[in-house]
Amino acid sequence: MRPSMKYLERRLIHAALLLIGASVLSFLFSGLAPGSFFDEMKLNPQISPETVAALRSQYGLDQSLPVRYGRWLKSVARGEWGYSFAYNQPVRNLLIVRARNTLLLTTLAMTLAWLIAVPIGVWAANRNGRWEDRLTSTSTSLLLSVPELVLALGLLYLVIRTHALPVGGMTSSAFDHLGRWGQASDLAAHLIVPVTTLVLASLPILIRHVRASMIEALQAPFIQAARGHGIGRARVLFYYALPAAANPLISLFGLSVASLLSGSLLVEVVTGWPGLGPLLLEACFSRDMYVVVGVVMASTVFMIVGSLLADVMLLLADPRVRVDHA
Amino acid sequence: MTSKRKVVAAVIFLLALHLAILLAGFISPYQPATQNRDFPYLPPTHLHFVDARGHLHFRPFIYQSVARPDSLYEYTEDREHAYPVHFFVSGFEYKIAGWFPSRTHWFGVDAPAQIFLAGTDGYGRDQFSRILFGGQISLAAGLLATVISLLLGLCVGCASGFYGGWIDESAMRLAELFLVLPWLYVLLAVRAFLPLHISPAQTFLLLVAVIGTIGWARPARLVRGIVLSAKSRKYVTASRGFGASDAYILRRHVLPHTYGTLLTQAAVLVPQYVIAEVTLSFFGLGLSEPMPSWGNLLANLQQYNVLVSYWWMFAPALALVLISLGYLAVANAFQQRLQSGSI
Repeated sequence: MRPSMKYLERRLIHAALLLIGASVLSFLFSGLAPGSFFDEMKLNPQISPETVAALRSQYGLDQSLPVRYGRWLKSVARGEWGYSFAYNQPVRNLLIVRARNTLLLTTLAMTLAWLIAVPIGVWAANRNGRWEDRLTSTSTSLLLSVPELVLALGLLYLVIRTHALPVGGMTSSAFDHLGRWGQASDLAAHLIVPVTTLVLASLPILIRHVRASMIEALQAPFIQAARGHGIGRARVLFYYALPAAANPLISLFGLSVASLLSGSLLVEVVTGWPGLGPLLLEACFSRDMYVVVGVVMASTVFMIVGSLLADVMLLLADPRVRVDHA
Repeated sequence: MTSKRKVVAAVIFLLALHLAILLAGFISPYQPATQNRDFPYLPPTHLHFVDARGHLHFRPFIYQSVARPDSLYEYTEDREHAYPVHFFVSGFEYKIAGWFPSRTHWFGVDAPAQIFLAGTDGYGRDQFSRILFGGQISLAAGLLATVISLLLGLCVGCASGFYGGWIDESAMRLAELFLVLPWLYVLLAVRAFLPLHISPAQTFLLLVAVIGTIGWARPARLVRGIVLSAKSRKYVTASRGFGASDAYILRRHVLPHTYGTLLTQAAVLVPQYVIAEVTLSFFGLGLSEPMPSWGNLLANLQQYNVLVSYWWMFAPALALVLISLGYLAVANAFQQRLQSGSI
């Protein structure tokens, strides 16, 4: 087997273990729960205790934790991902739509954030120590200390006050009556606030890392040599130095998925974007246990896909990885 | 600025913020729960220095606000009578830092006028006082949760790095799991499985415990790394040769190496945890109404009309940003000194 395949295989096994670990962990936590969805029903005098008990046993809530975990695994194998008490349907139906919306939001935000962060970081590294660099580092520090919640609320305030954009949800109420272009532009208009918030929130960390690893790369002798040969500044920066600095940045890409997802949860709730975030929050309030577990698993899957993507990119970008892990 | 100056400046800024919040009773003119039903959503009171005849006053004065008879939530200033701002006035009784009873307040105005530096909320409660008192709760939550995280991290990290073997292996795999999961999802999921309807004090402790426990992994990993490098030093081997016990070596030769990192981690974690509390309370899963916290105060902004019409309801966000800014500056400065090896 080729060494790179072996490396990927190891990463895949690792990912599978992480998934199992996350699911076991969420079930352990759910086992700690003193109440359940049906406890709220007990307070209702119109529902008899027998009915509640029957419902509990129907959904297997009266069984021990390992048994419940086994049943859940079976339902995952059937592709149902458990059953939502509040929505009265398999969790999968809820997850697919919501996960798609979250995916749209986060991939867009991540792409934009990197597209903005790389040039700024490279530029700051190039002007290392001068006023442009100091300006960048001051503004990233300032931006870093504004929590996502405040960013989202502030942007929402601006948008509502200026009436510039539609607010709340993913589409306007007249979405179905719009043409194809109308629908696309309506969706884009609704995306602007959440995406801007996420981009602003993730920029400072990305810029700092790009700058730091570029500064390190620029100190390498081969960069001096390239400069000595009279190769143009832009070409040195982007063609020679950036690939040399890419390695830690690719790892950062894998790691940043988790914080992006956390940020996205908050932004979705604040701006009313119908993603995984609002679903999880509703499930928290109604104690819809399998939805909570399902959403956590979905976010874990996103995270793992992100880090696998980073692994593959690392493999493509750095020959040392291909050899070292043989 | 040299790195030492930076540390000092950042620490002083943070201490001032903490002192202001600790002395909330002294600085705030009114009790956080006192309602003024006649003045809902009153904008921040203007401080005037120039009176109607154009004379300059060094002592600022205010005019009493009166509701406009023709419309709701709109106010004008009654320019008939000026109320100068007095310092060290007597007001409601409070305890300095939770201990010594006192009635002296930093500033105030004579009745019937009232001074609302950050406006009022929907019940006419003074936002300025609520931000200060709410800060006590939010900051206490952040600090306590940080202590929990660091203690857990220190214990696990020491055990893991010092003893190695299966303890190390299993602890680090678990840490990996906690590190890769998106923390807000985990936080909400754990909160989802805990009771919703409990007393405020219980909620507070529960919240602190949950936030602190979830964050154990990063400090544990860092401590483990330091312990690993420290225990391979020659003086550790030497003291082991002299018959020192594990506990002695840990306490005497290993732990002192972790202090710098722990301090830096604390500066990183406190604002994160304050924000975690704010987020949960904002969602309605944290502390509930009678208790002011920055999350509760910000939760007012969930109402559309509040978000749009009353900009001063954003004031708690400013407090949050200032605290994060201070801690970040301290964390950066610590980090720089840690890297140059002088902490």
